[in-house]
Amino acid sequence: MPDTNVLDVKNLSVSYSTPRGDLKALRNVSMAIGQKKIVGIVGESGCGKSTLISAIIRLMANNATVHSGEILFHNSNLLDFKEREMRALRGIDISMVFQDPMQTHNPVLTIGQQMIDIQYRDKLSKSKKRQRAAEMLSLVGIPDAQARLNQYPYEFSGGMRQRIAIAMALMAKPDLLIADEPTTALDATLEVQIIKRLEELQEEIGCSILFISHHLGVIAELCDEVVVMYAGEVVEQGSVRDVFHSPAHPYTAALLKCDPGHIKEKTRNLPTIPGEIPDLVDVPAGCIFQDRCSRKVPQCQVKRPLFEAVNEQHSVACHLNNKNADDSDHKEARG
Amino acid sequence: MNKPAKNNSEIVEIFRHLIRDRLGLLGLIIVMLIIGSALFAPLIAPYDPVALNIPDRVQGPSFVHLLGTDQLGRDTFSRVIYGGRVALQVALPTIAGALFLGLVLGMIAGYGPKWLDNLILLFFDTVRSFPTVMFALAVVALVGPSLNTVIFVIMATSIPTYGRVVRTMTLSIKTSEFIMAERSLGASTFRIMSVHILPNVLGPLAVLAAMDIPTVVGLEAGLSFLGMGVKPPTPSWGSLLNDGYSLIRNTPWLIVAGGIPLILITLGFTFLGEALRDVVDPKLRGRGGAK
Amino acid sequence: MSTLLEVEDVFVRFGVRNKSLFGSRLSIDAVSGVSLSIEAGKTYGIVGESGSGKTTLAQAVAGLHHASEGSIRYGDQELRGLPEAEFRPLRSEIVMMFQDPIGSLSPRLNIRALITEPFRIQGMKGKDLDAEANRLLKMVGLPAEFANRYPYQISGGQARRVGVARALALEPKLLIADEPTAGLDVSIQGEMLNLLARLQDELGLAIMIITHNLNVVRHITDKVGIMYLGKLVEEGPTEEVFANPQHPYTLALLAANPEPDPDAKLMRVELNGEPPSILRRPTGCEFHNRCPFVHSSCSTDIPKWTKAESGSFHRCHTPKIWENSGN
Repeated sequence: MPDTNVLDVKNLSVSYSTPRGDLKALRNVSMAIGQKKIVGIVGESGCGKSTLISAIIRLMANNATVHSGEILFHNSNLLDFKEREMRALRGIDISMVFQDPMQTHNPVLTIGQQMIDIQYRDKLSKSKKRQRAAEMLSLVGIPDAQARLNQYPYEFSGGMRQRIAIAMALMAKPDLLIADEPTTALDATLEVQIIKRLEELQEEIGCSILFISHHLGVIAELCDEVVVMYAGEVVEQGSVRDVFHSPAHPYTAALLKCDPGHIKEKTRNLPTIPGEIPDLVDVPAGCIFQDRCSRKVPQCQVKRPLFEAVNEQHSVACHLNNKNADDSDHKEARG
Repeated sequence: MNKPAKNNSEIVEIFRHLIRDRLGLLGLIIVMLIIGSALFAPLIAPYDPVALNIPDRVQGPSFVHLLGTDQLGRDTFSRVIYGGRVALQVALPTIAGALFLGLVLGMIAGYGPKWLDNLILLFFDTVRSFPTVMFALAVVALVGPSLNTVIFVIMATSIPTYGRVVRTMTLSIKTSEFIMAERSLGASTFRIMSVHILPNVLGPLAVLAAMDIPTVVGLEAGLSFLGMGVKPPTPSWGSLLNDGYSLIRNTPWLIVAGGIPLILITLGFTFLGEALRDVVDPKLRGRGGAK
Repeated sequence: MSTLLEVEDVFVRFGVRNKSLFGSRLSIDAVSGVSLSIEAGKTYGIVGESGSGKTTLAQAVAGLHHASEGSIRYGDQELRGLPEAEFRPLRSEIVMMFQDPIGSLSPRLNIRALITEPFRIQGMKGKDLDAEANRLLKMVGLPAEFANRYPYQISGGQARRVGVARALALEPKLLIADEPTAGLDVSIQGEMLNLLARLQDELGLAIMIITHNLNVVRHITDKVGIMYLGKLVEEGPTEEVFANPQHPYTLALLAANPEPDPDAKLMRVELNGEPPSILRRPTGCEFHNRCPFVHSSCSTDIPKWTKAESGSFHRCHTPKIWENSGN
């Protein structure tokens, strides 16, 4: 089945050299994105999701080193690509939408100019390119697209700019769109609009989407599959339904419990996850979540849990999932 | 009570990072050498810088006279060492004075009411519209050439440079959220300016000043070269250049001896200033170490 | 229960220079006729999206912006137009927490200096400041050694706690918290709200919370007001507003934070278009160009501030229209 995947990250380990030592930002991360799938990555600050994206598009910080692993895009390893080959890929086969729509456009060029510029690889007449730009704009729901091509970024609101960014990212009909918290900087009612638009476009263009967000509700609504990351590791992965309905990792369960959208009863004592992310320069032995875990068992301190299947579409790295573990424990963890 | 402790540790921290930066360390060494040789000039200089020794005039470099002698037989090396004294005597009070006045005026302009800002800006622009040399000529014509004239002229013309930088920084700090937060706690204008704006302005300004010292030394040399600065026989790098210039055909080492310290002081303070810029900002400090 | 703060028909006006050649100075109302009251010891939430004027309103109450019209009464004292010198003593009673947790801490001071600053500003020299610093750090759940750190050395969540410690140093009566959970991970968001709730119980202070996320205020507020373009469009007891939203905008905000459940029955309310600019306020009901339930009279008639049966107030011609339209 691996050849049907658009993207296949295998055992990726990345570290940053810092004055204190190597910060192991990603440790043996594996994940895959199937064709025409929307995969969400969930994780809080410091979980390594930004490092993962920068590794995929090969735009890593200077002090980052890839220690092991492969990033297979249509079965070829992106880590072996030359910079020139990578450039040919970016924006055509893999494109990105960033978090802050106010900073992704060049302020001194009109939107039309920028949308024509990014088609520089195509041998089309300028008017054809313009036509295509206008079509893309109306596709993302910007009315009166022809006229608006002549406007500058500052003449658009934040929600509009993010739509333009999406239009530009999808212009070349990429196989993979990486959306890095594309709605975080927007107001909630605009977020809804953007998510809906993204869903429609994905249908229409037929691309796969890697959608990064810390907003669980958005992931639940948009994605087919979800990858949960914690402190540089994938702790759980599976179909959205499986993961959100029966989380197998205590971290996922705790995260879901914390989401304010989830708490129906009024309470003055909201659930939290006490403690902090462990120091990734000096990674502790055993399970990475042990310090904050409410359900830890003795072996959590000594043995790093393997990433094992719960069922066909659902895997988790937790000792509680181990078949030998106490059965009642197991059920409770998933309840 | 714990404040000095904090300041000390911050200075130690800055120093530690400074010497880790190679160019910064080089700059620091050069600057220390120049300051040291100026301070201990009588101990270092082998001869009296103004003592005439006509029989030994216009000699080339030798073990007796390391950098040779000038047309009056004065030891050039000793004159260079003592010249450093003059250079720093001009540069340090000038910069300190300009810095202080620029800081006060700039902060008032940036934080105060609009009319006061306009008034101070008008003053800055007026002063800056005089060319320094013309202004110097006018002052020298009035009161005659002296060390104090040089200090006064350069200081007056440098105030607007600092003042404008301080004003711009104050304006941008003024609108930041922590100033709003201080206001919401009821902090007085004086407290906001002295505790919250001043420390944030001071760092970048110190860097600017360090990099300005060579300019001022150069200006002093220039004015002395034109005969409007330090009076002979006081040894100044400018007057050394002047002497060297007239004898450039037979004794080229004179002009070299006057020029090298100028180049050194420029490099030294520039390296130091650039290193300081990264180091005084605590947030940037980590950056240097991470490479 | 006594009313601590009474805001009545407050306008906050800013001058904007018109860019055209003969442009006169325009004025825009960032806050346009807001009335609300906060009881002592209770919590009031103001919810609205960016540009709704919620932060401006908060800062006007805290005396950081000048309110051009209306009245802001604190106890029996009128705050509007109060000169800074007379406002200063009140600054120990009305305190504010700012949006940017790290940016609102003076960067060159350490945490000890920062959280004891209120004492120094209010001239309480006699206090043992080190002891106070320890007490405050303990109160907000930070270890004592944090006193020696600088703002850039702490995380956003920790900086928030420092913000709370600073605000509560002088035991105020009213805390204005501007987006107290913005930028925090969900696992820490709850800690912040729990801390505020706990401190409210212990110190009996009134809190005014400003946020863009309705779900954040559900658990901690007693009353909530929804702001749109500088006006309240709905206000009522928190439970009522959540159970019985009257205004379509409230409904949209409630629906905008979807549950993390892929099978949840979504009550999706997608608004049309973009929020209008306060430079060009729409005619009639100012929400009409985004309202999914708009009808002809909305663009011409200005809806009145009306009391609904549930006890909350709203500004809509056809409240709860979605329940009748069979949606």
